[in-house]
Amino acid sequence: MTFDAILVYIAGVWLLIGAIFALVGAIGLLRFTDSMTRLHAPTKVGTVGIGALLLAAIIHASVSGDGTIHEVLIMAFLFVTAPISANFIAKVHIHRRSCETPPVPLKDPTWSTLATTDETPEQTKVEV
Amino acid sequence: MARALNWLFPHPVLTLLLTVVWTLLQNNISAGMVVFGLILGTIIPRMTAVWWPDRPRGIRAFKFLKYMLIVLWDILVANVQVAWIVLTRPNSKLRPAWVVVPLDLKQPEAITVLAGTITLTPGTVSADISSEGHSLLVHSLDTDDPDAVRDEIKSRYEARLKEIFL
Repeated sequence: MTFDAILVYIAGVWLLIGAIFALVGAIGLLRFTDSMTRLHAPTKVGTVGIGALLLAAIIHASVSGDGTIHEVLIMAFLFVTAPISANFIAKVHIHRRSCETPPVPLKDPTWSTLATTDETPEQTKVEV
Repeated sequence: MARALNWLFPHPVLTLLLTVVWTLLQNNISAGMVVFGLILGTIIPRMTAVWWPDRPRGIRAFKFLKYMLIVLWDILVANVQVAWIVLTRPNSKLRPAWVVVPLDLKQPEAITVLAGTITLTPGTVSADISSEGHSLLVHSLDTDDPDAVRDEIKSRYEARLKEIFL
């Protein structure tokens, strides 16, 4: 077996790992019941799943002769943007009160999502 | 001289980042592309400098590299743990909890990196920041001890970030 053939198999293994992680992320999204716990599985397990798929792409490209590394960029952008989208979804849940009410922060009156300019913090905690 | 350099490169880290990103986007490393990336990396920070009034004075690059490696390792380990919870733990035995993390960090950039780190390490999502920026609201997927989660975030990530951001 040549070195290239071994690399193709390694790429295949990474494809499988990535697919399994993406599948687990989807399962998590389906089976958890609470809105906040549902956020956990897809945002992160999915990130590593895609990371593994991109690694497979890099290995495969280097085998077929035109080695590329700009998949690294996709991974970098994904790792930067995934927390932000997760944060926004969480903020929406807090804002719409579709999750458990978070505890009061230690020093400040309230959380920034619940704070409004024309209401006092006490009023914002009341269910709408 | 120092002032001229400071005027030309108001944000050296951004200059370096833009150059690297441009070179990677081109997908072949040639001197011309690196030079063009450097030109872009000089012009863009210079033109956008007015929108970065309180940029951090600098970061300790070596410590930041070490921090990134630690976080990458944590992401891998914690992903397997969360995948295991997703596949094996029944909903009724799941113990989700809110965790309030008091912040010692002051710079917005440092808090952003911390919040991103918390979200990327599975099992925890940073959900909100308090109205004055003194604590972070974190949601934990499955924990029997929210205080332990808070202490781990503070000792493992925040303490390191405090040393990284000057």
